[in-house]
Amino acid sequence: MRDEGRAPAAAPAPAAPEPLNRRQFVEAALKACGAAAPLLVAVIRIPAAGGQEAAGGVEAGYDPTGHYYGMGVDIEKCIGCGRCVAACKAENDVPADAAHFNTWVERYVIEDNGEVTVDSPNGGIDGFPPLESERGMLRSFFVPKLCNHCANPPCVQVCPVGATFATRDGVVLVDEKYCIGCRYCIQACPYGARWFHPTKRVAGKCTLCYHRITRGLVPACVEVCPTGARIFGEVEQRATPLARFMRMNDVQVLKPHLNTKPKVYYANLDGEVR
Amino acid sequence: MTVKLPPQVPRLAAVFAVAIVALVAARAALVPATFGKYGHYRAAAVDSIAARPVKYAGRQDCEECHDDVAAQRLAGNHRGVGCEVCHGPQAAHVAAPSDVTPPAPRDRSFCVRCHAYNASRPTGFPQIDPVTHNPLKACIACHDPHAPVPPRVPQECSACHGQIARLKALSHHVNLPCITCHTVPQEHKVNPRASRPTKPTDRAFCGQCHDKTATRVAEAPRIDLATHYQRYLCWQCHYPHYPEAK
Repeated sequence: MRDEGRAPAAAPAPAAPEPLNRRQFVEAALKACGAAAPLLVAVIRIPAAGGQEAAGGVEAGYDPTGHYYGMGVDIEKCIGCGRCVAACKAENDVPADAAHFNTWVERYVIEDNGEVTVDSPNGGIDGFPPLESERGMLRSFFVPKLCNHCANPPCVQVCPVGATFATRDGVVLVDEKYCIGCRYCIQACPYGARWFHPTKRVAGKCTLCYHRITRGLVPACVEVCPTGARIFGEVEQRATPLARFMRMNDVQVLKPHLNTKPKVYYANLDGEVR
Repeated sequence: MTVKLPPQVPRLAAVFAVAIVALVAARAALVPATFGKYGHYRAAAVDSIAARPVKYAGRQDCEECHDDVAAQRLAGNHRGVGCEVCHGPQAAHVAAPSDVTPPAPRDRSFCVRCHAYNASRPTGFPQIDPVTHNPLKACIACHDPHAPVPPRVPQECSACHGQIARLKALSHHVNLPCITCHTVPQEHKVNPRASRPTKPTDRAFCGQCHDKTATRVAEAPRIDLATHYQRYLCWQCHYPHYPEAK
């Protein structure tokens, strides 16, 4: 350490009109920063506190941390009536055209030469016309599809702004106010479960009827399924319809090799279903 | 002991201080208030989605007033069918029962959405051909939608296996009930594919009637089980529901 470095610090402060030397300036600047720090903290805290007030909208007594939702689909019970598709569109204000669906029903026809035909006229909302010919048909069945609410969702990974997310109760949602409409998530979803809203210009998807399940109701598609082909409940608790469904059936998920960990479980799923 | 700082350090420090203050202020102003509360998203969005209006009230709400219809429905074959499957979304009716009247579909085009024959529907689900099934009558003329009962109780096996039943009706096996050859578990009638009936597994089963030493049925055609194509099972050549040999 050099001696001359210490000398100015020990000297008394110069008279006011004399310009600040460098050390005095740095000291003053550091003190100013120190004084401004609590102010900054206050500036950050104020909107945060305001936000917590805004966050009081969820139903009183609902605790998201106590739930983890999923859905079961029993292929053996689906009759392809399309009531779920119609109910979903009505409940969630999905555009009524043939290009936008939160949930839809596909008909698989597997012929004895191994050829597989899949169709879903208008998402199955008006049911399915009879097959032109049953000649050569080995088997046929309906597969209701929807967002799989993956535990490891690729759509959430690719969102550049954090507008789509998995809630603590396991539902993948879209923040319509924050979505910039870039459609990366639509590209990323391996199940084709997302669509682009033609007027709102944001990504749309199945919310598992989040506004219903937080009020203690079941999703609209489950409510209107006449044969009980759709089962709603909690994945990790024993005493819910879904847990029973998963115990009683040999359940599978769609595209398990993608490691998306879907939470829509299919029973009696044919190997041809993609 | 203090160090004399080089002159550029305090200047840079001042620049950094201004930049940091600007960054923090911009972040406070631009990042939504609840962003990052639970994760990389705006926590307030969860609440705004949860606050959307409900349109399907749920069958529990219907049953509070319409308990008579509910009791009838729960005793019938439509016990699993919710009210709003046919009557549409009725949260508005629950909120103001006298102002909103739920629609009741009465024409044939509605019932056939579920009950028209479609090859892709699961086996055993009640289906009709709307073209030939009383084409001029409304469904509700014969069937009460709250407690639907088929007018005729279907025959146990032919209700689902009509094709086999009609073929067997033309064959020499017409007088054999299905259970002669198939043992049908009770569960099969409830869940047909999960619990399947048994089929005969060996030549000796057919031999009970068709072996030259058999005595069960006098007029059955006889073969010598020991020498008659002994490398094959009977049903590899003969179709038991329509055996052709005289």
